[in-house]
Amino acid sequence: MEVRKTYKLFVNGEFVRSESGRAYRPDGLVNVPRGSRKDLRDAVKSARSAFAGWSGRTAMNRGQVLYRAAEMLDSRAAQFAELLGPARTARREVEQAVDTFVWYAGWTDKLAQVTGNVNPVAGPYFNFTIPEPMGVVGIVAPDESPLAGLVRRIAPALCAGNAVVALASETRPLPALTLAEVLATSDFPAGVVNIITGQRRELIPWLASHMDVNAVDVAGCNAEEVKSIEEAAATNVKRVIKNPAHEASPYLVAAFMEMKTVWHPIGV
Amino acid sequence: MALTKRQTAELARQVFEYAPAPESIDHVKIEPRYGLFIGGRMVAPHSRRRFPTINPATEKKLSEIVDADEVDVDRAVKAAGKAFDSWSRLAPSRRARYIFRISRLLQERARELAVVETMDGGKPIKESRDVDIPLSAAHFFYYAGWADKLEWAFPNRKARPLGVAGQVIPWNFPLLMLAWKIAPALAAGNTVVLKPAETTPLSALLFAEICMQAELPPGVVNIVTGAGKTGSLVVAHPGVRKVAFTGSTEVGKLIQRNLAGTGKHLTLELGGKAANIVFEDAPLDQAVEGIVNGIYFNQGHVCCAGSRLLVQESIAGPLLEKLKRRLSTLRLGDPLDKNTDIGAINSKAQLEKIQGLVESGVEEGAELYQPECRIPERGFWFPPTLFTNVSQSYRIAREEIFGPVLSVLTFRTPAEAVEKANNTPYGLSAGVWTDKGSRILWMAERMRAGVVWANTFNRFDPTSPFGGYKESGFGREGGLHGLLPYVELS
Repeated sequence: MEVRKTYKLFVNGEFVRSESGRAYRPDGLVNVPRGSRKDLRDAVKSARSAFAGWSGRTAMNRGQVLYRAAEMLDSRAAQFAELLGPARTARREVEQAVDTFVWYAGWTDKLAQVTGNVNPVAGPYFNFTIPEPMGVVGIVAPDESPLAGLVRRIAPALCAGNAVVALASETRPLPALTLAEVLATSDFPAGVVNIITGQRRELIPWLASHMDVNAVDVAGCNAEEVKSIEEAAATNVKRVIKNPAHEASPYLVAAFMEMKTVWHPIGV
Repeated sequence: MALTKRQTAELARQVFEYAPAPESIDHVKIEPRYGLFIGGRMVAPHSRRRFPTINPATEKKLSEIVDADEVDVDRAVKAAGKAFDSWSRLAPSRRARYIFRISRLLQERARELAVVETMDGGKPIKESRDVDIPLSAAHFFYYAGWADKLEWAFPNRKARPLGVAGQVIPWNFPLLMLAWKIAPALAAGNTVVLKPAETTPLSALLFAEICMQAELPPGVVNIVTGAGKTGSLVVAHPGVRKVAFTGSTEVGKLIQRNLAGTGKHLTLELGGKAANIVFEDAPLDQAVEGIVNGIYFNQGHVCCAGSRLLVQESIAGPLLEKLKRRLSTLRLGDPLDKNTDIGAINSKAQLEKIQGLVESGVEEGAELYQPECRIPERGFWFPPTLFTNVSQSYRIAREEIFGPVLSVLTFRTPAEAVEKANNTPYGLSAGVWTDKGSRILWMAERMRAGVVWANTFNRFDPTSPFGGYKESGFGREGGLHGLLPYVELS
């Protein structure tokens, strides 16, 4: 007889039950935690605490951590097989997710060179612009490709040095929670990635209006959700990131970053 | 011969007398009333409402301005929409030529523009002459060069213009803000409907004349005047695909909320409450000049003004003494006088806002310092003001005053300076004064602000991106990054 697994939320590097004690059954069989506003708050709090350490790592170190995630994911490909549908589709999706982690792992220490500048200002000043992570980024995962779709959004945000609170696909949350198991055994510090499952209608308003969330990625949202997020985002002038769901580019990483410009006089 | 310490101190105490040196205004022609600039010419408005624009230094009416209504805004957006087809398809090198022409015309008419800017807004002529106008011309010149180089700006991507950009600008740097908005928009192939601020529309209307002189194709730039209502009509118009706003955080949030779900592109450049941080090893005399420039430049009507001075406790005494002495040498008065340091407050409403916040500072227990200075009888004026004994919770330490009012706080350790500097919902700029290079970089890294000035303050350049973190808005203006808000990458 098999030993069944209880799926849990991934917050601050730990697997926790929803404080609400509620669950829902997206496929009619498995109980999935129905995260609450308080779970979301805990996730944001842990992301905020993890941010300084994560963004303070060297770019190369962040790259290695992302690469380690790819390694762990690749070695657990079989675990995703039954969660992602037919064997061939499942394998392809895991491969896409692995590719995404590897690709962004190589961007961490190149991004500032591609998107930063030395600006030739008039006058005796040295002036440079560098990209910096925003802080805590909320991500609403797309329903389509519940593993690769999520990785395509969190990898660039993490590559940028942000801490992430992701809402898993509501209809197919298990690949996201299994990804959490991969991340828990990778080198990401606790709290850098948090994954919440539950009903989006219930969670999105709190994510979008939370005063300690700097940006929300809406690639996985429908038009109505985008509108409600954009409205709530105005509370603290959150950035709403609307790049296409399939985009893979340094511009997407830069969308999760702020440009900082520093001036200093030149003289003797 | 070297001066003794005592002689130097004596000299510093002397206040030099200056004879008045007013800039002449007879070369400037301001029409008694203006229409709207739509479809390449000045047109009669649909709206029958007009309001006066006055000189805040004299309270005299300069001209009558249209309060554009829905029909006017609709006409402007339609003209811009019509022009978009041909402007966006025009050979990029031709687009560049037009923008270069505009830049040159701004230089040719620099003196006239400077005088108008000073008369309409109250800023000292030396600032409009040396900062606003040259930087505006430089901004157009910089972006003109990008117009036919977009494929180099965004490697591996095709950059397409968005369409009609609706742009709403503030009254503190009227022409410069216009340049920051219009130059990148046109370079990328967009067309524009711009609404200048209610109290400072004149330089934008002169700019309309410059567009005609440059033979810019009709409808590429349209200028509609009015108050907040007109601005909201521009922003809300369904024909507008991109909105760029510079102004208060309060209005910025309103715009962000109103645009939700419309699919319009948005950039916001909002308020600030910048910390200007002075460490004990900083060259104090330079720092004093930087502090003065940081908060009293343009009467403090600057979103990135260094309005919170954070001084390391060990040097607070001597620094404040030097600063107070320096304040007493600032000359407040006729903005058209070339010697004037502090001009007029832009409007009565702004003056009242400053007065209200200063009163709150006194009530909450801060200690007020203002140098003796003669305030002219007419016009709107506020003396350079400094508050000590300020707690972080006071309104004067938290809210943007947008006036010549500095709040002084102290710190002991670099970590405390970082904590205090970042303890604000804003994140537009910060200043750091220290002799130690590694500390500059350490501080610069930790400031949650879009611009960090180290051993300098309030420097601007067209090649240098400007914009905020957090509630100071999003998007950058200036430099390569300033193009991004005006293109779609595919």
